[in-house]
Formats: sequence, C-alpha cells, structure tokens
Amino acid sequence: MNNPDQAMIEARPRLSTFEAAWVIARRDFVAVLFSRAFLFFLLGPLFPVIVGALAGSIGGQVQREAVSMEIGLAMSAEDTAAMLAARAQLAQQLGSALPPLEPIAEAAGDPAFDAPAYLEDKRGNFGVIVTGTLDAPELVGTAEATARWRGPIELLAATVLQAAPATFPESRQNIVASSAASERSNRIATAQAGQLLLFLLTMLLAGMVLSNLVEEKANKIIEILAAAIPMDAVFMGKLFAMLGVSFVGITVWGLTGAALWWAAGSAVAEAGVVDVANLPAPAVGWPLFVALGITYFAMAYLLLGALFLTIGAMASTVREVQTLSMPVTMLQLMVFFLAAYTITQPGSTLEKAAIIFPLSSPFAMLARAAMDETLWVHAAALGWQALAVAAIVKAGSQLFRKRVMKSGSAGRTQKPLFGKRHTAPEPAE
Amino acid sequence: MAISEQFKRSADTRPLAIEAQGLVKSFDGTRAVDGVDIAVPEGAIYGILGPNGAGKTTTLRMLLGIIDPDEGVRRVLGHDRPHEIGRLIGYLPEERGLYPAMKAIEAIAFMGALRGLPLAEGRRRGMEMLERHGLAHAATRQIRQLSKGMAQTVQLLGTLVHRPRLVVLDEPFSGLDAINQGKLEGMIRALADDGVTVIFSTHVIHHAERLCEGVAIIAGGRVPYAGSVEAARDRIPAQVRLETRAREGAWLAALPPETKRTGDFFHFALPESGVEPLLRQLIEGEAGILSLSIERAGLHDAFVAIAGEAAARQLQADTQRAAA
Repeated sequence: MNNPDQAMIEARPRLSTFEAAWVIARRDFVAVLFSRAFLFFLLGPLFPVIVGALAGSIGGQVQREAVSMEIGLAMSAEDTAAMLAARAQLAQQLGSALPPLEPIAEAAGDPAFDAPAYLEDKRGNFGVIVTGTLDAPELVGTAEATARWRGPIELLAATVLQAAPATFPESRQNIVASSAASERSNRIATAQAGQLLLFLLTMLLAGMVLSNLVEEKANKIIEILAAAIPMDAVFMGKLFAMLGVSFVGITVWGLTGAALWWAAGSAVAEAGVVDVANLPAPAVGWPLFVALGITYFAMAYLLLGALFLTIGAMASTVREVQTLSMPVTMLQLMVFFLAAYTITQPGSTLEKAAIIFPLSSPFAMLARAAMDETLWVHAAALGWQALAVAAIVKAGSQLFRKRVMKSGSAGRTQKPLFGKRHTAPEPAE
Repeated sequence: MAISEQFKRSADTRPLAIEAQGLVKSFDGTRAVDGVDIAVPEGAIYGILGPNGAGKTTTLRMLLGIIDPDEGVRRVLGHDRPHEIGRLIGYLPEERGLYPAMKAIEAIAFMGALRGLPLAEGRRRGMEMLERHGLAHAATRQIRQLSKGMAQTVQLLGTLVHRPRLVVLDEPFSGLDAINQGKLEGMIRALADDGVTVIFSTHVIHHAERLCEGVAIIAGGRVPYAGSVEAARDRIPAQVRLETRAREGAWLAALPPETKRTGDFFHFALPESGVEPLLRQLIEGEAGILSLSIERAGLHDAFVAIAGEAAARQLQADTQRAAA
C-alpha cells in the first residue's frame, strides 16, 4: 500500500462522474477510431460524392449530346453565309440563346432539296432545317422545335436584312452590394445552408450511438461498468467519445472537401453548381458563425445522441437497434423540418417553440446566427441545451439501470422491446 | 442488528466490512430478496450459499450499489452508499464479460482505471499479475484469442488490479475446470491473508465449506442462517456410527430411541451426555464393538437442516448441472 497511486485510491475512494466519463470516453474513442469499421464509416460519405460526380459527368455528357441539336441551313450559298455571319455578330450579346448553325452539305446547290424527307430519314443531328430565303425563311421541324427556334432564326434573318439594329448601345452596370430584400434573401440562403449541413452531419453521425450500448450488453461488460462507476458517467463517456469520433470524421471529410475544392472548386463555381466563396455572409460574421456552427453541432449531437443512447440502450439485440433506426430517422427529419420551416418567420411563436424545444433548438439557433446579430440569445440557448443534455442523460441512465439490472444475469431476462422474451423468464439470482 | 450481534456474541472483535439489514428487492411485483440480513467481518472469507434463483446476485448487487434496495439498509466499509467507495471494491460478476478486441493487459488496466488506477500503473501491475499466473505470453493477445479459462483469469486479475479492500465474486467457480478452481481457491486465501475481505456467492457447498469462515444460507430470497460455518455445523449433532459383533442383547436398550439400523451398523445422534456412558453399557452388555466413529455434521447437513430438503435438492441439481 506504499505505492502513491494506491495511496491516492485510498485517500479518494470514488471517481468523480467526469473522471469516470473520461475513462469510458477514452476507451470508446480509441476502440472506435482504430477499428476497421471506422475506416469504412469515414469512406462511406465519400462514396455518394464520387458516385454523384461520376453520374453527373456521364449525365452531363449525355445531356450535352442530347440537346446539342443544330439548325441546318438549306438556303442559297449567299444566304447561308449571311446567316452564319449574323450569328457570329449576335453571339457576343446573345450567346447560347442562338442555336448553332450548320450548312447542310447535301442541300448546297440543290434547289430540289427535300428538307422534310431529310429530317424524316433521321440524317444529321438537326432539330430544324431552315430553307427559303432571308425574306421568307421556312423552318422545317417538329412543332416544338420550330416554335423554339423561330424567334432566333427570324432575328438572324432580320439582322442580315438590317431590319434589326446592327449595333447595340453599350449599357453600364452600376452594382450595389445589397439591398434590404436581397440581404434578407441571401441570409436565408446561408441559414438554410447552415441548417442543412448541421442536419446532414447529425443525421450521419448521431445514429452511431444507437447501437453503442449493445456491445456492452452483448459482451456482458455492462455490470462491471455499473458496479464501478455511475451509469450517467457511462452514458456521458460514450456520448463524448462518439462526439470526438464525429469530429474526427468531420475533419477528414472537411479536409477532403477542401482538397477537392482546391482542385476543382473554380470549375464547380463556373458551372453554377455552388459557389462557396461567394455565399452571403451571416449576420454574426463568418468566424462566429462557424464557431457557433461547431458548438451547435456538438449540442445537436449530444441531444440526439443522448436520446438515441437511451432508446438504443433499451434494445437487446442489433436487430432491435435496426428496427429502431427508422422512427429515429423520422424524428430527426421532423426536428429538422420544424427548424427549417421557421427560418422565414423570425420572432414568430413557432420559431420560439423551435428554439425552446431542445432537439430543434440547435438548428433554429444556427439559422438565427445567420439572420440576426444578437449574441446573448446564443449563450442562453447553449445553456438551455446543455441542461437538456444533462437531463436526458440522467433520465436515460436511470431507466437503463432499472431495466437492465433486474435479475441474475445482466440483461438475460430483459424483456425485448419488440416481441416476446428470447428466453424463459428466470428467477432472480 | 441481529446478525452483527451474532458475530459480536461469537467474540469476533473485528469491524464489519459489510452490514446489511432487512434488504428487500422486488422485480415486477415478485420479491427476489425478502429481508436479507448479513454481517461480514473485515478480512473474512464469506460465502453466500444457495441454489440458483435464491436471490444471491440481487443481494450482491444491492450490497455493491448497482441496484438500490426497496427496503432495508446496507453499510459497506463504513459507507452507506457503496458507489462512493467504488475504488475500494473489486467485483467479478457472474456473467463474465470483456471487450473481445482488447488486449489482455489493456483489459486489466481498463478495469483498474474504472476503479481510479492510472492506466500506466494498471499496465505495470497487470503485467506483474499475468507473470505471476503464468500468462505473460497472453498480455498482448486480444481477449477473443484467449481460452475461456485464460479470459476468466484476466477478468479476475482486472477485478483485483487496483488492490481493493473488499472483493465481491459472484459465482466465481462456475465455468472453471478443477485445476483453475483450485488456483482460484488459492487466490482467495491469499487475498484474505493480505487482510482483504472476500465475499462470494456459490451454489457449491464444498467451496464454501473449504474456504469460508462465515456463510449466509439463502433460499427463496430469505436468509434463514447467517454466521460462522462452525456454528452452522454445530446446529446438527454429531452422528455416531457403531458396528457390533452381537446382533441382539440387553445392550440394545442403551442405544438412543431414534437409532437407525443399516445392516451391521447403527446410526444415531451423539447423546448430550457424550459417548462414554454408552460405551460403558455396550461393553458391560457384551455387544462386541467392532468399530465406533463419531462424524461431525458437514455444511451440507447443516444446509438441509436450515434451508430444507427442497432447497438442498435444488442446490445439488445446480451443482450437477454446472459440473456437466
């Protein structure tokens, strides 16, 4: 007993809840992080991105090929040349509003060229064939195609005939940074983007804790834990371990995303998919918005995680956990929808309800951070959310203790959540 | 407290490591434990003896604070709330459990950490313990790679790594072969020699008889007897086994009325006056004594007398089932 560690044990014969939670969190964090399953978990969200990129690329190519129909010119050589010149002249102003024009080689010098037959033979890649003269151009094609290209063709012909302005006045652009309407609209976009990201991350990560206590029950370790430390420390430790794991995942995905953005971001922005660099600034400013985003993610994770841990702890088998995951996902969706719906109604009763209801509070408050620069509400909301986490953990651990430690063998006689008991009830040992 | 007074009467001046009075616990309306009283002196090896379903595990869980009693009080190492002295207690539950992917040495250190021992010190002590038990080669092997016996030993070492003052073992011998049972008995004795209080539950009488100085016999959630093993055995008078050359004679009248005859042998309880007056009469009556033995009652006999035939039969069936 002369060992200093032993003396410490004798002097303070109880681990505090936080010390005990740290022991659990450390074990779980290391166990999850160095498991093969975690590697797959990390790669999981990258697969849809890769598949999406591939599918988008292929789809884009197909679409480009599908829509790249040309307008065939079956006019006299002079008219054809004039039409091509007019297109080149107007392309600077009208760009893709003008169709690509292609003279039809078979029609050159053939006054008897039969445009309808040519199209019906499905030769070339022409949506419409223009015949006739510049004064009276005739469009041959389907009703849809002729209606679509009639205007541009007439414009080109009129340009050639000088019936339309040959030169365009150069207009000046006087751009303002924002207006009241545009600022609100822009911040709503930022709020939506923030909420969506928060939702996707919690959806992806919080579900992990559902099956977290099944391992302890399956391996019968739960009684050792319950005997040594308070059950709320077990819950707390598991939650924070999984939160730590989530942050590792987010860091990996974030770095991967940043690398992809560095490699192809400008191309994506040019393509008009999304331009992160030009997202409207939130009301509290970007640095604070990001900090609040991380904090609200942690809170959303802990709140949902505590609830899921409690629900999952009631399950005896992995199968039961799987069955539970559907209503849990529905719950997540409902919480998200509630918060998302209130974005456009700041100050409304519904928004206040979304802020007060603990599970939707982080989502609603992140939207607030995008829309409103008031800061004290965030401090109050975070305090409230932390309180709710503690309450759910306490209630969950008590419920778990009551339910699991009922009989001779931990959990062996536990009534499953669904269906009949797996084994005949045993008397208490 | 009746039980502690019982110990005090037996001139045991040691302080009590565990005191429990009137513990009651019900699950779903069924009383699993119904008024259990237990007193365990410090440094004792104490057994809770009873058939499966008697309420042993529930009693231990209440003593450890894993579950709270519906009624009654408990005091462990001087504390009313056992959870507050978790670092001084080691507990091996009936259902053995370890993380399968964990290395043996890490499992021991983790169990120590749960009781407040720093991980590094836990690893150091764990390695020493594994070496002492001839399992040093298994230190870096995952639990799932160990045999059942080795894994059980690792868990037991994890229970002891923080050097608890009170060790609670729930059915520690179940699942162990004879050799490992012998090793475990040695470990329990060594703990007691170091002043550690050991309390274990069992349905195997000879473990309790060989190891314990005190037992609580539990049946149907009640404790009809709690006290020293000696006192339990003393509840049954010693049995006399007599073999005579003569079959008949006036000396037969000297035998106690409840004497039973089996072949050439007579069986009867040792008279309160002792065996000497009877011997004299047998010699004078020329019974021709071939053999005479006085057999002290065993704990099994005491169990039958205290808990009843039905509980004893169930206990025997549990033992046979476990052995099978």
